[in-house]
Amino acid sequence: MQTVFFYVFAALTVLCALMVVANPFSRNPVTSAMFLVLTIVSLAGLFVQLHAFFLAAVQVLVYAGAVMVLFLFVIMLLDLKEEERRKVRKFAVIAGGLAVAIIAVLFCTAIGQTTAGIGVQPILEGGTAALGELLFKHYLLPFEILSVLLLVAMVGVILLSKKDLK
Amino acid sequence: MMNWFNNLSPTSQFVLFSALKVVPAVLVMLFIVAYIVLVERRLCAFIQDRVGPNRAGPLGLLQPMADAVKAFLKEDFMPAHVRPVYYWLAPALVMIPSLLTLAVIPFGSQLGSQKMVVADLNVGILYTFGIVSLGVYGIVLAGYAANSKYPFMGGIRASAQMISYEVAMGLSVIPLFLLVGDLNLSTVIGDQTHGLFSWLVFRQPLAFAIFLCAAFAETNRTPFDLPEAEQELAGGYNVEYSSMKFALFFMGEYANMIAASAMMVTLFFGGWTLPFFGLDQPAATVLGGLVHIGIFLAKLLVLLVLFIWVRWMWPRFRYDQLMNLGWKGLVPLALANIVVTATWLWLKS
Repeated sequence: MQTVFFYVFAALTVLCALMVVANPFSRNPVTSAMFLVLTIVSLAGLFVQLHAFFLAAVQVLVYAGAVMVLFLFVIMLLDLKEEERRKVRKFAVIAGGLAVAIIAVLFCTAIGQTTAGIGVQPILEGGTAALGELLFKHYLLPFEILSVLLLVAMVGVILLSKKDLK
Repeated sequence: MMNWFNNLSPTSQFVLFSALKVVPAVLVMLFIVAYIVLVERRLCAFIQDRVGPNRAGPLGLLQPMADAVKAFLKEDFMPAHVRPVYYWLAPALVMIPSLLTLAVIPFGSQLGSQKMVVADLNVGILYTFGIVSLGVYGIVLAGYAANSKYPFMGGIRASAQMISYEVAMGLSVIPLFLLVGDLNLSTVIGDQTHGLFSWLVFRQPLAFAIFLCAAFAETNRTPFDLPEAEQELAGGYNVEYSSMKFALFFMGEYANMIAASAMMVTLFFGGWTLPFFGLDQPAATVLGGLVHIGIFLAKLLVLLVLFIWVRWMWPRFRYDQLMNLGWKGLVPLALANIVVTATWLWLKS
């Protein structure tokens, strides 16, 4: 049963992700955005399979709920027409291919180095308390650095959107 | 019969019991949706010194059926200029999130050995917020699908408003969980069983006020019903819809109201408990279980009537006022509430 669900969600994730970037039926950016929502929700399904309910809920809440709505908002306000097929540039192909190759190598080494797990360990079932302990004790420094990064992004957005800032 | 049941595997039993809880819960919700529309029409009529729909059946009690028949029999007209896929998708997307929210709401204590909650998640509240945040897609896509001016503006307004107030709503409940120490909604209810004043509405009145405001905005109800302001938008995001698709938007609004009220009952008003006659302990008998479900529904109804009452007593905000209230009023207040509560808990410990 578990395995069946895993394959269903995994297939959905990959399929929807593919439809985001290479949808043969429509070049509409809103359609791509909607498929990205589906990708995120299917990923949340995979998290549930791993008993990481907190991650699943936050995945839907943060990515599907907030970011994607803003994304849609921008797309609609900019009123993009169906994106025309651009000419393929040599440099872009080489750079893209290189990037994919590097990521593939990274993934393969990572997968090769890990030993197979012993199945689901539902330690995160309690979710928030354990996660909070980890975040605010063990991983405090990375956590703080990340929040500074987010703050920088926010300040940047305000600076960019207020062009006549004195 | 019992033999057949006991022979089932635990998984099958679980699935069977879940189905037995899901189906009545959804049916009851749809029933309330149908009748809360009637209540709204009658109440607003009384507020405006009219009579309201009282022709179909005694006191107009058959009016929802007449409305349903009308919605189904009307021509399902699709204008030529709409985007068909989204046009079909949007009404469903409005309805689904509010139904999904019900899954984690404990609507009773126990019937027999079964807990009266479909999924007793440890991160119940995050689940609800995740689902609620998906609710905006239906309205935005409806505005986009219509491919004409006023619905589009309604959709844009809805998305901006719902994103803004979601922040205030999310921040407003954090003090509750600081007090309770758990995100599980059953635990939240359990924490409210020490007398009337252990209800979180009395321990966190500010949080309740913020949550209530945000709930009005999230459900697009007056005084924040700008996405469907008739005078400005000719009806808003649902202008291009007719017959059953329009009815789905209409039902979606009320289903969202029910979901928001159910959340408030659970978070602030002690859920299925009452602090008298030992009604705050899980029921031992079937009758007790039914009484608990009744208490939950009664509290739900009171809050729904509050939604309706406010709608017909208050004028609508201007859009800039709405944004000011959200970002400059409610969000800072909610943040201050978090800091104060956390400090107080720290001093107490």
